[in-house]
Amino acid sequence: MTRVFMKGCEAIAEAAIRGGCRFFAGYPITPQNEIPEYMSRELPRHGGVFVQGESEIASIYMVYGAAAAGNYAMTSSSSPGISLKSEGLSYLAAAKLPAVVVSVMRAGPGLGTILPAQNDYFQATKASGHGGFRTITFAPSTLQEAVDLTYQAFEYAQRDRNPVIIAIDGFLGAIMEPVVLPPFKELKEPPKWAVTGKKGKMYHIITPATANENSQQAFNLQMEKLYRRWAQEDVRVEEYRVEDAEFVFAAYGTSGRVCKSVVNALREQGVKAGLIRPITINPFPYRSFEKLDPDRVKAVIVAEMAIPPQLLYDVRVGVGRAIPITIVRASGGNIISQKEAVEKVLSLQKGEMDYEEII
Amino acid sequence: MKKLYSRPESLNKSASGFCPGCMHGTITKITAQVIDELELGEKTICCLPVGCGTLGLLYWNLDLVGCAHGRAPAVATGIKRSRPQNLVFTYQGDGDLGAIGTAEIIHAANRGENFTTIFVNNSIYGMTGGQMAPTTLVGQKSTTSPTGRDPALAGYPMNISEIIASLRAPAYVARFAVNTPANINKAKAGIKKAFEIQLRNGGFTFIEILSNCPTNWGMTPLETLDFIEEQTMKQFPLGIFKEPEEEIDKC
Repeated sequence: MTRVFMKGCEAIAEAAIRGGCRFFAGYPITPQNEIPEYMSRELPRHGGVFVQGESEIASIYMVYGAAAAGNYAMTSSSSPGISLKSEGLSYLAAAKLPAVVVSVMRAGPGLGTILPAQNDYFQATKASGHGGFRTITFAPSTLQEAVDLTYQAFEYAQRDRNPVIIAIDGFLGAIMEPVVLPPFKELKEPPKWAVTGKKGKMYHIITPATANENSQQAFNLQMEKLYRRWAQEDVRVEEYRVEDAEFVFAAYGTSGRVCKSVVNALREQGVKAGLIRPITINPFPYRSFEKLDPDRVKAVIVAEMAIPPQLLYDVRVGVGRAIPITIVRASGGNIISQKEAVEKVLSLQKGEMDYEEII
Repeated sequence: MKKLYSRPESLNKSASGFCPGCMHGTITKITAQVIDELELGEKTICCLPVGCGTLGLLYWNLDLVGCAHGRAPAVATGIKRSRPQNLVFTYQGDGDLGAIGTAEIIHAANRGENFTTIFVNNSIYGMTGGQMAPTTLVGQKSTTSPTGRDPALAGYPMNISEIIASLRAPAYVARFAVNTPANINKAKAGIKKAFEIQLRNGGFTFIEILSNCPTNWGMTPLETLDFIEEQTMKQFPLGIFKEPEEEIDKC
């Protein structure tokens, strides 16, 4: 175990290499350029391959090919670039190919700004491409968590033969923090399903196509079963000072990080605040919200860097109608304000509820 | 008694679903014959396009990867870079390669990726029902150029082989046809040469083969043979545009 001081994007790239990644293809876009830059420098030193694709589209299909050949493959991009990769994500899911895709969210829609945002929550959790597929989507809020989740992401991708998304934002990509790096994983032989050349008469087919309506529906049912298993077994969440909390924040990633400080600040003032921080934003930790006691919890405050809100919808599903929900928000590259979040809770204490949610 | 002709090992014993008279069957067969002759069956990975070539999922007795429309060269890049010991080829049509996948083919060629592309050019989108392709001839009718391709509105046919041959990295770029037995033999020799270059890590190889589409051209198969000879070859002359023997300027 080595403890080093690293920049977010570079820490993720290093964790990927240690997790077995030996193929990376990507296309320049801010604020994630440090990932391909790091990979171009470091992957060849570990016998891996870096290719700068001619587009985000080409890059994700290079990953598709490398994954089909049994390689541990990754790509990364930011909002408009992830939109371009969405066709490839859908094909990966359809062809049952494992890959890791890092989404470093910036503000949008359109070209937007290159600054941190969480506007791509729906894209990262519910509609990463056409056809109604899902991915396990990790949303770390510290660099250590980003390192640990990236390191494990390849195993999840291989286990499920499905892409895994790591959703961070430009803030986490750019900051520096000390991280403990895990050891280099031993590389495995290509899995049995990979295209490596036929053996005798047995040949492998990797295909995003199905033969007819019944085989397509059978595939969809098989995938639904996988997604349900995730909901049972793979949900990750941090519940911070929630046991006796009267005001519970719901926030992930950078916003989750800010809200932890907000909870501590409120506790110092004697306000019973807590935080539910989804670590997997898909599968979503609905249970953490379902079990909140309406007799104790006065309000749930969704804090996200997205206008209009997106995380709010999942929180509403978990909370139901028994507890009021309000929001603290920012977008365009603005970070959730700690001061604003504290003031929100203090005004809630006085019984003021100012946000009319649109669900 | 000596057996002179049989189905190649690299093809399945399934009936062909290509339209009657379609040259995909011939092109698929000669490619499979070359793989058999070079004893590469267990070494080959074939990347299939979206289009009529997708049907190859049922025909090839090889490791297969179905790719998104136009993206086969990117997929092949990922495969070949991961497994340089395999023979990798893409099999693509002119809509797939010449329109939606232009960026992928040009840049794979320009990186000198060590795989082979077999480019089947029949001047039309066959699978989707006969729409205009980048390779549709001037004046040629299609469902989206009902009065014939008008250069004022749709530009001129794109000569992909010539464009790829203008790049420095590709090793071998050639255009063949399969409208006569002599041309079939030449095309087969070209495919063999491309695979041999790939096997000695010689770089990117590109084989264009002029094909037909009796169904969407609205012709009998025999009429398409004359059309290729008299019309298609005027726009797309056969020939070798780039060969490894050409000494690459090293300055």
